[in-house]
Amino acid sequence: MINRIKEKIDEKTYLLIITILMFIAMYGAGMIIFADKGFAKPQMFLNLFVNNAGLIVTAVGMTMVMITGGIDISVGSVIGLTCMMLAYMMEFMNVPAFLAILIVLVFGILFGSVQGFLIAYLKEQPFIVTLAGMFFCRGLTAVISSDMINISNATFLKIAQAKIYFPFLATVNKKGKVITPFIYPSVVIALIVLVVIYLVLKYTKFGRAIYAVGGNQQSALLMGLNVRSTKMKTYVLNGFLASLGGVLFALNTCAGFVEQGRGFEMEAIASAVIGGTLLTGGVGNVIGSLFGVLIKGTIESFITTQGTLSSWWTRIVISLLLAFFIVLQSIFASIKSKNR
Amino acid sequence: MKKTLKKITGFQLFLPIVALILVLLFNMIKTPDFFKITVLNGTLYGFMIDIINRASELAILAIGMTLVVASSAGTDISVGAVSAVTAAIICFSLGPDQQNYQMPYLVGILLGLLGGVLCGMWNGLLVAKMRIQPMVATLILFTAGRGISQLICSGQIIHVEKESYRILGSFIPKVPLPTPVFVAAALALVTWLVLKKTALGMYIQAVGINRRAGRLIGINSQLIIFMTYVYCGLCSGIAGAIMSSRIAACDANNIGLNIELDAILAVALGGNSLGGGKFSLLGSIIGAITIQALTTSLYAMHVTADQLPIYKAIVVVIIVTLQSAEFRKWISSLQGKRPVKAKAAS
Repeated sequence: MINRIKEKIDEKTYLLIITILMFIAMYGAGMIIFADKGFAKPQMFLNLFVNNAGLIVTAVGMTMVMITGGIDISVGSVIGLTCMMLAYMMEFMNVPAFLAILIVLVFGILFGSVQGFLIAYLKEQPFIVTLAGMFFCRGLTAVISSDMINISNATFLKIAQAKIYFPFLATVNKKGKVITPFIYPSVVIALIVLVVIYLVLKYTKFGRAIYAVGGNQQSALLMGLNVRSTKMKTYVLNGFLASLGGVLFALNTCAGFVEQGRGFEMEAIASAVIGGTLLTGGVGNVIGSLFGVLIKGTIESFITTQGTLSSWWTRIVISLLLAFFIVLQSIFASIKSKNR
Repeated sequence: MKKTLKKITGFQLFLPIVALILVLLFNMIKTPDFFKITVLNGTLYGFMIDIINRASELAILAIGMTLVVASSAGTDISVGAVSAVTAAIICFSLGPDQQNYQMPYLVGILLGLLGGVLCGMWNGLLVAKMRIQPMVATLILFTAGRGISQLICSGQIIHVEKESYRILGSFIPKVPLPTPVFVAAALALVTWLVLKKTALGMYIQAVGINRRAGRLIGINSQLIIFMTYVYCGLCSGIAGAIMSSRIAACDANNIGLNIELDAILAVALGGNSLGGGKFSLLGSIIGAITIQALTTSLYAMHVTADQLPIYKAIVVVIIVTLQSAEFRKWISSLQGKRPVKAKAAS
């Protein structure tokens, strides 16, 4: 029995298991420490998803790109730009909500294809290309408007504020009022994306090609896989997911401004790495990235519940956590090469 | 004729110099008094002086970045954030008093530079020892750095009121050129001498071209890469000190914002391959001046600071595309086809 479990747990899943255990431990600790501040309530748990729906989608895209051995640091700016585009189109050009969302998603695909072309076909370094992409989008956001625009489109707000209740999780508070936990539609979209990409990565030809390309590009080429088009498709899909993440982000904040989504790429990369995606490519799992996002959310709720720490601490802790997991990966890699 | 033309275009400094001339020519047409330099209170003023002045900290960052790119084939994207950390440490330790610093000026500056060096050591440790891709490793400080800077300043903008603090970022009395130019020139000279007079420059190139081969011929590759990151941290520190001296304060959110792209751009424009190996410090410095000239001329065309990155991003993509081997292959295949077609036609 133990042997069978050991067989299942190879070094690829070690990091994933550490992540899941870490999340449970952190959330458990939070429930004990902040018991009086409602950490144990179901709504608090659901808020992890509500606040991070956009991040889940972005992290899923990032995971795919990182499995191919690349990276995309433009996602934060793409999110900022999509929010701004949505806000500007709906507020100043009276574009209907659904059309605006469609335009934004098409933009994401176009942007992803440009980056993908440069990376896959001209073989430029993904870092440099996406760094340029990051600054390009941030600049474009400022060109559209340098003010903060609040979204007041009725249809958009309707989607943003539609609550989906979970009656079976309902609790009664001290005053005897029944509180039913709820989520927003954005969470549903995020989870659908997660499941679809999970299935794509696991069961489709394209998904397996992504792993093969990341594992060893040379072998993938010799096997007859089209490395270039696989990479290209991954970046296009990632561009789409980044802009979808931006739409979900806009549903959450209902505003667009220049500084929006700054540093978001770091959170997406951290989520993927914490979830067991290797920086060298070839290994990764979107379920792990989900837990990465949840860990980030837990840290954030720690800091907001605690109340006295400044919000800057979230960034610092996430960075430290990323450093920790990167070091862990590097140790695993060195053990593996020694065993050989 | 064709041979000499090829020789000229093949020269490493060809691209940066041509780019600089183009930007300057454009400015000359657009603003006629671009090259006018006036003397005011014994110091020089004018567009050109302004460009050289503002390009100083960029040149300082580009020097550090050049070495990092050459040795590790990756870039350090934390330079702006590290500058913010240094600025925060310096402003925090010198204090807001108008008459006296909290501690001697030099001690404050040294503490700040130490902070920059520590940041560089952290990056170097991750890249050289842990073998993490440079951009991911430096991404950690890229995001955390400003947070650390905010914590040091406790979320506020710290001012240093004493008048002499401004000297580093403006003018020494009775000297016609701004101080940052001297700092940048001195740093460039020292770096150049050290790299040329010792074998370090050669080592860095060897490690950058092939890390394993470098190790096999007896170079401590890890140490060389580590040292370039530490040096880059020191350069960011010096740049941070100048930047905070310019505004006599530390604004953790805005000091050195977006400057990492400029620094990378300066290195790429200087004819250095972003894939590591051979490098030219002079190229990077000319690159830095070109970038600053571009920035200044864009400002003159009423482009706001937060719109600037668009143009720079486009320039980066163009340069990297021109450098890319695939693109060159594609171009040469286009050129190669022409004679064949001509033959068929005749």
